[in-house]
Amino acid sequence: MSFKDKILSSFIALENEVDTETYAHSLRNEALGNFEKLGVPQRKEEAYKYTSLKSVFNKDYSLFPKKDTAIEYSDIKRFLIHEIDAYRVIFVDGIYSSHLSQTTHDKFDVCLMSSALNNPKYNSVIETYYNKLASQDGLSSLNTAFAREGAYIHIGKNIAVEKPIEIVYFSTGNERALMTQPRNLVVVGENSQVQIIERHQSLSDNEVLTNAVTEIFAAQRAMVDYYKIQNDKLNASLLDHTSVDQRTSSEVRLHTFSFGGSLTRNNLNFYQNGEHCNSLLNGVTIIEGKQHVDHSTLVHHSQPNCESYQEYKQIFDDRAVGVFNGKVLVDKIAQKINAFQQNNNILVSDKATINAKPQLEIFADDVRCSHGCTIGQLDEEALFYMQSRGIGKKEARALLMFAFANSVLESVKIPEIKSRITKLIAKKLQVDIGFDL
Amino acid sequence: MSKYTEEELEKELQNKEYEYGFYTDIESDTIPIGLSEDVIRIISAKKNEPQWMLDWRLQAYRTFIEMEEPEWANVTYEKPDLQAISYYSAPNSKPKYDSLDEVDPELLETFKKLGISLDEQKKLAGVAMDIVVDSVSVATTFKKTLGEKGIIFCPISEAIQEHPELVKKYLGTVIPQKDNYYAALNSAVFSDGSFCYIPKGVKCPMELSTYFRINEGGTGQFERTLVIADEGSYVSYLEGCTAPSRDENQLHAACVELIALDDAEIKYSTVQNWYPGNAEGKGGVFNFVTKRGLCEKNAKISWTQVETGSAVTWKYPSCVLKGDNSVGEFYSIAVTNNFQQADTGTKMIHLGKNTKSTIISKGISAGKSQNSYRGLVKINSRASNARNFSQCDSLLMGNECGAHTFPYIENSNSTSKIEHEATTSKIGEDQIFYCNQRGIDTEKAIALIVNGFSKEVLNKLPMEFAVEAQKLLEISLEGSVG
Repeated sequence: MSFKDKILSSFIALENEVDTETYAHSLRNEALGNFEKLGVPQRKEEAYKYTSLKSVFNKDYSLFPKKDTAIEYSDIKRFLIHEIDAYRVIFVDGIYSSHLSQTTHDKFDVCLMSSALNNPKYNSVIETYYNKLASQDGLSSLNTAFAREGAYIHIGKNIAVEKPIEIVYFSTGNERALMTQPRNLVVVGENSQVQIIERHQSLSDNEVLTNAVTEIFAAQRAMVDYYKIQNDKLNASLLDHTSVDQRTSSEVRLHTFSFGGSLTRNNLNFYQNGEHCNSLLNGVTIIEGKQHVDHSTLVHHSQPNCESYQEYKQIFDDRAVGVFNGKVLVDKIAQKINAFQQNNNILVSDKATINAKPQLEIFADDVRCSHGCTIGQLDEEALFYMQSRGIGKKEARALLMFAFANSVLESVKIPEIKSRITKLIAKKLQVDIGFDL
Repeated sequence: MSKYTEEELEKELQNKEYEYGFYTDIESDTIPIGLSEDVIRIISAKKNEPQWMLDWRLQAYRTFIEMEEPEWANVTYEKPDLQAISYYSAPNSKPKYDSLDEVDPELLETFKKLGISLDEQKKLAGVAMDIVVDSVSVATTFKKTLGEKGIIFCPISEAIQEHPELVKKYLGTVIPQKDNYYAALNSAVFSDGSFCYIPKGVKCPMELSTYFRINEGGTGQFERTLVIADEGSYVSYLEGCTAPSRDENQLHAACVELIALDDAEIKYSTVQNWYPGNAEGKGGVFNFVTKRGLCEKNAKISWTQVETGSAVTWKYPSCVLKGDNSVGEFYSIAVTNNFQQADTGTKMIHLGKNTKSTIISKGISAGKSQNSYRGLVKINSRASNARNFSQCDSLLMGNECGAHTFPYIENSNSTSKIEHEATTSKIGEDQIFYCNQRGIDTEKAIALIVNGFSKEVLNKLPMEFAVEAQKLLEISLEGSVG
């Protein structure tokens, strides 16, 4: 049975389980039709020219995980930024785990998508925002058709959320191969601030495929600081689709740290729909083996006087493959735009590959748009300098690589995340140093 | 102080009509319109081609009919009806001339209008010219001087007759017949073009130049150029074009193949100023060109282009850096105005070790035009120590035009270094203000800035051509280049 057939037959099973009277369900049929038409993206499509999803979709995934998988806090503590107090929305095999989570409804809502989709209390928000921003490509549509669970974050006006919100999806691997469709909605009101950390983590050696869709709405003067930590096991693949809508004077910062996973595709779309918006898209990728990480970013400037800043630092070893496909689009009326895009890559091995396609599409004349892309190696002289001063070769290399990636880390606002990422980098580079020399 | 502002410049640019629009009335020997195997047989027969050439054309045609017109380029246009084109047209005044006196006086008049008086060029520039009017060469000069050095510089149809071994060996080796839709079409129906062979160790004593023109109404022009630089030789080849003003779209699908054998160097410069259509975007030439060069060991190929004309340009002069230590260069200025569309750039394919490539691309868009840079830098896993530097800058004049950059970078070698930079901006008010402060009026200031913006590329043009390039820039961006 092909993947498409499986999806179609599974949808009938889904309809028996969910409330078919909701607004969300009315979107499902259309989305399914859309997926049926578009299917899984093929390499002949320009957007997937360098990333083949064939190996990811040829497995026999279970779309409905078994219920009630119990895991203890001690099992997962190391995957959380446990040093800090945070709101936590934790899912195990796509199902909400109440005893691991800490949600709230006090001043704002940090809770579950399932309750938001089914509870009439949230109807107005859902109808205003849900699926209004996500792109309508095959994979996003697949998510819309099957999405039932995820994080629902709604912050009203004038609220600075006092602690970060951590969203973590665990998969236990009780299924032979599992595919999940997490769906997050983040709505941040005027003058409000929020920090969010998102992570997908497999706990077993079975195949896991995550097809996640996140929609983020930042109202006037809102500030959103979003961190994606991707350090999954090698049996896990992630297809992430994140779209951001920004209104006047809002600021959205999104960091993506890709260290793990077999295949990772990050579709990141920023739409600036107000003046004086500020967007920051930063990323660090360090991969080896046969890992594949694809960053596909779009910043659409449709209003004047905005800024966007992108910086992606990537290191590839062994047979790793990296793709960077960045696009900056400036509409005719969007004058006085300052857009910057930088993509620096280091290839450590001869078998590693990087395919970069930094694009600019500019229709306005009074703009400053630039992009830079480099591919190179570590500086042999710098390595020699350090070695001649008694630093081991491995450590010297690690130091240089860390320094290379550090400019991205500097914009991380949560110190605990910074130190966690630093440790992950040290582990990834197989050295035991703290980089705080 | 002059009150000339950027707005006025824009206005002037919009109103600027094609200056070199004229039509020469020469009797032509034109075959009926349409494309079929028979047409190809007629073309081949008219040129007295040997059987192998006809077979090669037919093979190309058979691949061509299987292909579809590509649509990935960032341009929109009405696809030309290939059945409504006449594939062969030759000026009637045959045979060839030994001296200028014998040339059709009307033709000479045409060249005078173009400002490329043969006599003057012959005397002053020391340039040998192989003039193509509607596909067939009518004048070849300096052939003798070149002949003494063993250099072959002649129309490709003549080369097919007289040097079949060279043509057979190299034709289609860089651009295979099935390379792309228009290359296949060209391979099937090419009417003429230039052939150049530089023997081992010879440094060509003069710049070789060809003027292609499209003249006869309703004829597409399909030139085929083949330049072979044998081991250790050097040649600088110039190509320049202007075309008469005309309403219906004209298709131009040329192929240029360069082969630089070990230690050879080829410098290929183009100035293109075909009719871009009028201010409403009506008419103009479709320029769909395939240009590619192959570098063997230590060889160097350098493409320089100044693109100011054509309604739609679709052109990617490329280098295949096959041999170790070979070098590829691409310098380009593309100016678009009114409704012009240009999708141009280069491909640098690094296969050999220590190969180097440089890409400098300057795009200037004005009016309602769209200007795209599309390029590929590909480093093969065996191409150790490969080096690439790319810089693509765009200058926007007015808020109705667009500038786009689509660079593709594919690298699978850890010892290679690639740098890519692109910027898009307009002429800064502060820059103009700075000039104004120092007594330079706005018009001159804009000229200064545009000149500076393009200088890196203009400097790469051979002296003989720089004058003409300047002139063409002037026409396209009049008032801005002093």
